[in-house]
Amino acid sequence: MVASGPGAAPLENANPLIYRRSGERPVTAREEDDELPDAIDDREIFDLIRSINDPEHPLTLEELNVVEQMRVKVDDAQSTVSVEFTPTIPHCSMATLIGLSIKVKLLRSLPERFKLDVHITPGTHASEHAVNKQLADKERVAAALENSHLLEVVNQCLSARS
Amino acid sequence: MPEALSLLCRVSAHPESRCWALAWSPSGALLASCGGDRAVRVWGREGSGWACRAVLADGHQRTVRRVAWSPCGQFLASASFDGTTCVWRRHEHGFEVVATLEGHENEVKSVAWAPSGSLLATCSRDKSVWVWEVDEEEQEFECVSVLSAHSQDVKHVVWHPSQELLASASYDDTVRLYREDEDDWVCCATLEGHTSTVWAVAWERSGQRLVSCSDDRTLRVWQRSEGHGGGSEHSWQCVCTLSGYHGRSIYDVAWCHLDGRGGHGVRRRRRAVFEEVSPVSPGSPVTFGLAAHVPRAHAQDANGVAWHPREPGLLASCGDDGDIAFWQYQRPEGL
Repeated sequence: MVASGPGAAPLENANPLIYRRSGERPVTAREEDDELPDAIDDREIFDLIRSINDPEHPLTLEELNVVEQMRVKVDDAQSTVSVEFTPTIPHCSMATLIGLSIKVKLLRSLPERFKLDVHITPGTHASEHAVNKQLADKERVAAALENSHLLEVVNQCLSARS
Repeated sequence: MPEALSLLCRVSAHPESRCWALAWSPSGALLASCGGDRAVRVWGREGSGWACRAVLADGHQRTVRRVAWSPCGQFLASASFDGTTCVWRRHEHGFEVVATLEGHENEVKSVAWAPSGSLLATCSRDKSVWVWEVDEEEQEFECVSVLSAHSQDVKHVVWHPSQELLASASYDDTVRLYREDEDDWVCCATLEGHTSTVWAVAWERSGQRLVSCSDDRTLRVWQRSEGHGGGSEHSWQCVCTLSGYHGRSIYDVAWCHLDGRGGHGVRRRRRAVFEEVSPVSPGSPVTFGLAAHVPRAHAQDANGVAWHPREPGLLASCGDDGDIAFWQYQRPEGL
């Protein structure tokens, strides 16, 4: 177990299950042809969010099974993206922060035409409805991202591990 | 056949940012917009288009969420995520801040001027609605009441068109109404029915009806019931729910005060106008029909919508694409 710093609060979930990372996406011949348009697919969205850092553990959301490719749904023609994420424990107080990090990563990466929905996997969190409502409220998301402290925490989740 | 709603012109109002809200000056000569770039802009007619007349950039540290003109047209109030409300006075050559209203604990979401000009209301994520007394000559603003009826974030406040009756919309899924009662302000009605955040409310010109729009993708029309022995509680009923017209959250709604039209901004880039279809005689059901609909009025979410106060059918809308679009509505034949 990684030791917490002196005075740090104990981790809520000290020994999470760790999952194997999926392999790299195989590149198809069609994708190598620059003449053909590539639609954005589930795997592409998953690749954007799998490496997001967990706010508590030195692990990615993929390694903690918080995000899975099967819980990503993309409709390129309708310009919609839906992502469900699964907190490691039902009382995880980081759920909103994790959801916000996923949302911000996708907002920064995807064309503006996309409508994003980020939800908790049904039945996996005690405050599922409240967290989902907060994440869906674009006014509150906008205000949160103007808070420099919170933005810094989100950016840490999104930064590449050294 | 001409389109019922035709685009007159589009301006990039808050480039690289989002435009959150619009407000026409009482005469309709000016339109104020505000956005994520922390600025308020004031627009006036130029030829067949609209040009920026003033940029009010030094009042706020964060997003400006709503703007409101005083009934005399000399003052403009702006509500910001920085927790303050600025009051700007109009000069010959621009605008200057004459007061900064502080007190809310966090983001101020909306501001509204009472029809008399002597009261101002603000609301915030801190769950409260504040009523301020305005001394226009001294340019002083004094908080006379803090109303904590909502259990969550208060999104919007708007005054009755002719009385000192205030409506607020909230993240707690309700609309509440307030009036003065023996020197204090009280909540006199709660409108329940929406199943998610109520983003905005708008009064019909008579003040006998309200329309609310919500994250639950519906619009609801509420009517004040008569009588009930003159008690202090107001009785309001939902007389119509418009559902199935919008696939996403509805962020704003406006009721045209020149005739019975309601228009609203819609998250899915749509703009729609509803006409009241059946004549409203006592006892008859209230119905509204969709009169016009523009599927992709904005490249991204539509956030605000405002009918011109004098020119019939002139409508302005704004969105996350940072644009303001001006539209002309023509009543379709047969309605």
